[in-house]
Amino acid sequence: MAEVTLNATLPTAATAHAEGHQHPIKLYLVVWGWLFVLSTCSYLVDYFNLQGHLRWSLIVLFMMLKAGLIVAVFMHMAWERLALAYAILLPPLLLLVFVGIMAFESDYTLLSRIVFFKAGV
Amino acid sequence: MAEIVLTNIDKRRTPAGGWRGIAADWSSDQRAFKNVSWGKAMMWIFLLSDTFIFGCFLLSYMTARMSTTVPWPNPSEVFALTIAGQHIPLILIAIMTFVLISSSGTMAMAVNFGYRRDWRKTAVLMLVTAAFGATFVGMQAFEWTKLIMEGVRPWGNPWGAEQFGSCFFMITGFHGTHVTIGVIFLIIIARKVWRGDFETERRGFFTSRKGNYEIVEITGLYWHFVDLVWVFIFAFFYLW
Repeated sequence: MAEVTLNATLPTAATAHAEGHQHPIKLYLVVWGWLFVLSTCSYLVDYFNLQGHLRWSLIVLFMMLKAGLIVAVFMHMAWERLALAYAILLPPLLLLVFVGIMAFESDYTLLSRIVFFKAGV
Repeated sequence: MAEIVLTNIDKRRTPAGGWRGIAADWSSDQRAFKNVSWGKAMMWIFLLSDTFIFGCFLLSYMTARMSTTVPWPNPSEVFALTIAGQHIPLILIAIMTFVLISSSGTMAMAVNFGYRRDWRKTAVLMLVTAAFGATFVGMQAFEWTKLIMEGVRPWGNPWGAEQFGSCFFMITGFHGTHVTIGVIFLIIIARKVWRGDFETERRGFFTSRKGNYEIVEITGLYWHFVDLVWVFIFAFFYLW
């Protein structure tokens, strides 16, 4: 709802903030609580020594939830216009391509090390 | 009001060509981020660039860890502490995580109180945030000292793959530097808030511009980003 009124009146930056960010303090406390719960969960993954795919999927799940909460609520991205949100959030996805390239490369390096160096040891 | 006037481009005039045209095109009012001030937009763009820096660090760590034939040291054991006779895995890092998340919580509330023009609560909450940040850096210094005493070096360690030390010092060192800069930044802005700079519209000594409470939000963006990076470091370096 807030976004509709923002578009209609085209306020200056200062007034947009004064009107747009009057969230109740409770919202921040709830998010804070969730971040504590999620951090505890990811710590417990290590504490109970879960292994394999279960460990990795849980770690990544809790990580993404925490990152999402911080960016959306604490950094106010949920209330920004899409032009800004896309400009900031889409480029880091390119890192995933980089991850793919480097994973491929390190597999090759590992293979070469095993083939050429490990044999003599 | 001023912005509405600026966005109305005068269409009757034919645009200039040549160098004048280039200058005119780049300097004309092509605003992509309509209701975001330049200060906030530039902080976001800076954070985006910082994302790539930390992304590259974590990627190089991934590459080193995936390509080594020597087993990687178990972070759960490396960062374990013995407290009151109890051996608890990764406990120091867990506490550091909670400290940093708490600092993010107080920072978010400081931003909120700033926009409510409650300068007293804003300044206090920013100083609490800075205190949490300083605590975090202190615990990191303790962690570094402990590991160095145990023989971890950028070129080797007693437990396994040699790259462990260089990845650890590089990533946590860079993150700790960010936290330290954030603490300094927070204290400077908290002082301005406490002095009432944004109530009296006092001009900044460097830019001579009148400040407003938006700078609290911009500082907050940086601070939350530091917390955000820690979320990824915690997951990939310490838990993986």
